[in-house]
Order: sequence, then structure tokens, then C-alpha cells
Amino acid sequence: MKEIQIAVIGAGPAGLAAAIELAKAQGNVTLFDENTKPGGQLFKQIHKFFGSSEHLAGTRGYNIGKQLLRETEKLGVNVILDAPVYAIYPDKTISYSHQNREQAIKAEKIILATGATENALAFPGSTLPGVMGAGAAQTMINVHRVLPGKKVLMIGSGNVGLIVSYQLLQAGADVVALIEAAPQIGGYGVHAAKIRRAGVPIYISHTIQKVMGKNEVVAAQIVQLDDNRQPIPGSEKILEVDTVCMAVGLSPLTELAWLMGCEFAYIPQLGGHIPKHNHNMETTVSGLYVAGDITGVEEASTAMEEGRLAGIACAQALGLYDQEKAHTLKKEIWNRLNTLRTGPFGKIRKFAKDELLKISREGTA
Amino acid sequence: MRITKHPILGEDCEIELVTIFVDGKPIQAKKGEPIAAALLAAGIRKFRITPKDKNPRGIFCGIGRCTDCIMTVNGQPNVRTCITPVEEGMIIESQIGLGKWSDKE
Repeated sequence: MKEIQIAVIGAGPAGLAAAIELAKAQGNVTLFDENTKPGGQLFKQIHKFFGSSEHLAGTRGYNIGKQLLRETEKLGVNVILDAPVYAIYPDKTISYSHQNREQAIKAEKIILATGATENALAFPGSTLPGVMGAGAAQTMINVHRVLPGKKVLMIGSGNVGLIVSYQLLQAGADVVALIEAAPQIGGYGVHAAKIRRAGVPIYISHTIQKVMGKNEVVAAQIVQLDDNRQPIPGSEKILEVDTVCMAVGLSPLTELAWLMGCEFAYIPQLGGHIPKHNHNMETTVSGLYVAGDITGVEEASTAMEEGRLAGIACAQALGLYDQEKAHTLKKEIWNRLNTLRTGPFGKIRKFAKDELLKISREGTA
Repeated sequence: MRITKHPILGEDCEIELVTIFVDGKPIQAKKGEPIAAALLAAGIRKFRITPKDKNPRGIFCGIGRCTDCIMTVNGQPNVRTCITPVEEGMIIESQIGLGKWSDKE
């Protein structure tokens, strides 16, 4: 069987950043992705990133993606696309399919950067064509430049719901309403203000009751919720929409970590079950690292920093960096991560991340 | 419906087209785009019928995770249309239930 030094699974922001750092350290790195193009979800993010200039704030997501791909190419990272990894064995043998053939390769170190997937809500009609994840709509409009529908109801007022609503407007769709079950808007005020200015009504304390249609969505019924989040009879409204988008959170894609026998911690604020890991992003399985949304759902900016961190820690473990050099580089990244995890939303994530590190250290929960 | 002009992305300059056949009907698709995008552009949102309850399904996640958008492509069932690029002359069929392999296989 072919043997390689380092395998990175997933060519999104975390995986690309990890591969770049490893290549910079003269590591022999192979990057796998199931898609035919690298970049993960970066290319659908056409908005400018927040943060400071060192986090590439003010740069649009897809331009950050292009930058990462240029660097990956310049450094000569071996990228295998159209290669879904479906199994990893305890001896770090990786099984994947490529060009309709099953292949296996053995790696000395592995970094999992598999990302996350959108959550779904179940309600009558939720499986009808036209009901989709907000991220799916975002992919269609911003990457493939196709409108999934013309009149949209958005469920969820977190940043994904707010940003995708705005981007649907930019793409020429009509966002009929945005509903939020909680009594307040979940995401940044600046994003909410943008869609409000564009005339999109935001209904807080509202949920969806059902979606009507035979072969596809033709309307949706929403209802107001009382203080105990119970529907208020008589407050039902029927909205004429052809598309319903759900922005109700994401869950880390952890299958490969489970297969490897990693220990997990349950952290709801980070999206559910997360592989335990230390400050080096190494899991409870020696030589297996994690980075990005698999370690808890955050943002592309934190995913890139975690990817770099995992890459450098992995390079250090392989002896490609001495302790002092690795320590300096990792410290810089931790400083940037701590800056990114500030503010009312970042603080919650920092707390959850610190908790995760603590649980991983103590081996409980 | 295609988005030809966009305030951030500008005009769509990728105009190389291929022809695909969806349930026997020819459809123009953009070279390299996923099958699902070509279908949505053509106004097709119902991709398959579920095996037990015979309910319609279309795209849900759009990134190859959920498998809601699977169709029979060139005689092979259960192809994730949201991440499979179109090719000239591709034959795409609405999948009924679990689908059937074509005899050519």
C-alpha cells in the first residue's frame, strides 16, 4: 500500500490552511476532498469578513478562497479531488473512492477538517421540494448563480439566516419574511439592519407550522409564539412563498473521528458532539488532529487559524519544526484566535471552547 | 432562473453550454455546473419520488451531505446531483424509489 507522511481530509478553509502550513514546514502533505473543486464553503461567502486586518477582515470570502488556493498551488501541495474518504482504520489507513475506483493509502499523521452540515427542522411539508438549507440556497445563488426560487421565507435569525437573506435579495429574489422562534434576533445587528432597510419583515417569536404544496412549495403557514414558546391560536399567517430556507444551526461532521475511536464531549454551544482535543488540536488518538467546524461550529476565520495551528503542531510532532519555533508560531495563532473569540458572540464560543479543552484535559464528560 | 447580473459578482461570463437530457427532454446547462443547478435553472425542482411514501424530493443541503437530491444519471441510480458536474449528452432521470441500474452496466 502507498504510504504518505500527512493526510488532510477536507479542502475547506481549515484543511487548506493546515496543508499550507505543513508544506511551508517542508512536510509531505496530501489533501483530500470529495468535491471536484477545493475551497469548501468559502466560495459562497460573498460578504466581507469581520475582525481586524490580520484576520483578512474587509476581504470577501471567495477572495480569501482564491488566495488560499494560489498559496496551495505555489507550495506544491498534492490535492486529490473527487475523492470522498469513507473510512479510516486504527493504523491510519485511509479508504477513499476516486474516479469510480476504491483506493487505500496509509498516512503517518492525519488532520480531519471535514466541516459541518446544516441542521433541519421537521414540520408538515418540510420534505417538499423548495424547502432547503439556507446554505444550499447560498451555494446555488453565489457559486452556481441559479435562483432556487423567487419568493423566500427564511427560518432563523442567526448570522447565516440574516446574511443569506441579504444575498438572496442581491441575487434578485424576494425575501417575503424572516421568522425567529426566540424573542430576539440571534445574529449581528448590522446584518439584521441591512435586510430591514431593504424592507424584509423580521418576525420574532414566530415559528413555522406547515408548508403547503403537492409537488413543491406553494405557501407556508407561520404562527406567533407566547412566552413559553407555545403557538398563539388565531395568530396564524399564510405567506405565499415558493421557497423555505432553514438557517437553524449546523452540526460538525464527525463520522471519521468516531470511526477512529476518538473520545467525544457534548457541547451544545458548539453544535453537539465534538472530538476531544488539546491545545495542539490533537485528538485522543495519537497523530490524529482536527481543525475547523469539526471541532465546534464557528466561522471561516477561526477555521483557518485552527487549520494553521493543527498544521504547525503536526509539523512539530514530525520534527519539522524545533520546539522553540513551533511554540512561537502557535502562540501567535492562539493570540489571533483569542481576538477572534471576543464580542458578545465570540465570548460564548470562547467559553465553550475553553470548556472543551478543559474536559479534554481532565478526561471527564 | 439564472442570475446573469449580480451587484457583487458582476456579469456571468461563463457561457460555454452543454446539452443534457432530463427525462428525455433536452436542456441547456452550463459546462461544469452541478446537475442540480442546471435543473433549478430550468425550473425543475422535483428530482425523485421516495420509495415508501412516494413523496417528492428536491435539493436540501446542496453540498453532497444529505442525499435528498439523488437521481439516476447515465443509468446509475443514487447519484448526488448537487455535486456531480454535468457532461455533454448526460442522461438524467427522475429516480423512482431506490432506482434501477440500466442493463448496460
